[in-house]
Amino acid sequence: MSTAQTASAAPAGTGVRPARRRRAPRAKAYSAFRATMIAVVVLVFVVPLLWMVMASFKTNVDIQNTAKTFSFTPILDNYRHVLANDDYLGFVRNSFVVAFLATGISLLLGVPAAYSMSRFNMHKSALVVLLARIIPGVSLLVPWYYVFANLGLVGGYGVLVISHMFILIPISVYIMMSFFDSMPRELEDAALVDGLTPIGAFLRILLRLSVPGMATAAILSFIFSWNNFMFALVLSGANTKTLPVAVFDFVSYASIDWGAIMAATCIMTLPIIVVALLAQKYIVSGLTAGATKG
Amino acid sequence: MTSTSSDAVPISTRLSRWANQHRKWLFAAPAMAFTAMLICFPVGWTLYLSLTDAKGSVRRPADFIGISNYLRVLTDTDRFWPAVARTGVFTFGALALELVLGMAIALLLWRTFRGQRWVRVSILLPFVATPVAIAMMWRLIFEPNIGFANRVMGWLGLPPQPWLADPGMTLPTLIFVDVWEFTPMVAIILLAGLSTLPDEPDEAARIDGAGLWQRFWYVTLPMLKPVVLVAVLLRAIDALKTFDLLYVTKGQGGGSFHEAETLNIYVYGLSFKYNDFGVASAVLIIFFLMILAVMWLLTFRRKGAKL
Repeated sequence: MSTAQTASAAPAGTGVRPARRRRAPRAKAYSAFRATMIAVVVLVFVVPLLWMVMASFKTNVDIQNTAKTFSFTPILDNYRHVLANDDYLGFVRNSFVVAFLATGISLLLGVPAAYSMSRFNMHKSALVVLLARIIPGVSLLVPWYYVFANLGLVGGYGVLVISHMFILIPISVYIMMSFFDSMPRELEDAALVDGLTPIGAFLRILLRLSVPGMATAAILSFIFSWNNFMFALVLSGANTKTLPVAVFDFVSYASIDWGAIMAATCIMTLPIIVVALLAQKYIVSGLTAGATKG
Repeated sequence: MTSTSSDAVPISTRLSRWANQHRKWLFAAPAMAFTAMLICFPVGWTLYLSLTDAKGSVRRPADFIGISNYLRVLTDTDRFWPAVARTGVFTFGALALELVLGMAIALLLWRTFRGQRWVRVSILLPFVATPVAIAMMWRLIFEPNIGFANRVMGWLGLPPQPWLADPGMTLPTLIFVDVWEFTPMVAIILLAGLSTLPDEPDEAARIDGAGLWQRFWYVTLPMLKPVVLVAVLLRAIDALKTFDLLYVTKGQGGGSFHEAETLNIYVYGLSFKYNDFGVASAVLIIFFLMILAVMWLLTFRRKGAKL
């Protein structure tokens, strides 16, 4: 991992050769220094996560034993305990159901909206949607709880999906707007010349070309829904608890069984890590959408 | 078009023509209506509640009491102002450290190197992982007796610390966790910005004999300014509203001395523990105005800026 390039291959192309040759030893020292620093950065961000994973494979006695920080006999008891107890698989299912539904409906509403807002320069309208990103969620929860409780929705999947969509639609709109902004207007014009209606052009040409953008929006939406804690904390019922709430309750009610808690958090984080490994490119482009064309 | 010819057109064609003509709002309206509905009603209601003595249950008839909730909140030096101060310290402290460290990491990873894909994936993990999981993990790491943090202190020859168990150390420790969690996000945004910069100005400065620091400060940073602003804006909004980390590590009220009680945590307690809706609403309106003020300050000089 993280080996820096040698000086000869350093910043490609534009070089001022003589100067570089003169500084060769310094460049070598610099690249070694850079490799070390990169390694340090990676360690700082990865070691705590590794430690969490290791703790999930330790007995509670080993977790407390200073001598067994890295050398211990791995056990699966924590995972067995978590998966057997507390309907944990049910919570996993809840998280998946809510995340998939919320992501799907958000894209359905968000992608056409983003197209219109980009195509017709509706920046003021876009602000309405993006306001949802600024407003503190707590300020919405009391009224939401009241209304949804009166409608008999609290404790069902519907209210969780709706509350998550509130976060996901701005994300989809934000990402897709910057995607449509970067798409040449001529594409649509050409489709119109070829006899498609504007909506036909959107459905048959633009949507197909925006699959990468939609993948980005879908992946980030899924992550944000999966990770959401505060809305589910208030709006979920005993049967619709999502994983973050379930893991949180695990601490409040059980006497602190760190091994099991770490196993539960590892199971909760696993899907996200898999997504991050497979779709790193999309996550990065989604997070930086709009940032680079300030 | 005469009425006879439009009658002759089949209904489906007319519908499609209408849809195409009105597609601007047809496409934009559902998402906007959904969002606006979920915002406008609650905000209006919060405004109303903030002027009443609603308490216990929102169904109980509440009396209109004017601005006394606001007066009570704004003169509350026991919980409110300390919470404002903690929110400010937490947000500003975390943001400043994340910017400096994020910039350093972005510069470090800027030019390509072998294994860069793996490095970038590994720094992605802290901020895509579930915040509740991250909070749990650090809670165990900072556990004074069995945690990893004090073991590392031991290796470094330093005395063990109480971390989250000590009210005085709680906020700095939580800022550390936030910095660990979100510095990579700042770095990745800045890295994306750096990769779009042209090489020529930096090259020219180098030929003119500018040092590394000068090239960064006078050439790279000014070009990167819009991206830095976006990163600041995104992080500031989220840091002000931090909930998961604080609630999972310190619980309701931010610990026994309210040492981690920011505005968000304070409001959550007022609403869902004390059911003191009138006061909670007043705090929320003030909190929301503060967030808007921060946003306005940050975007003040950017004419035509988009969020």
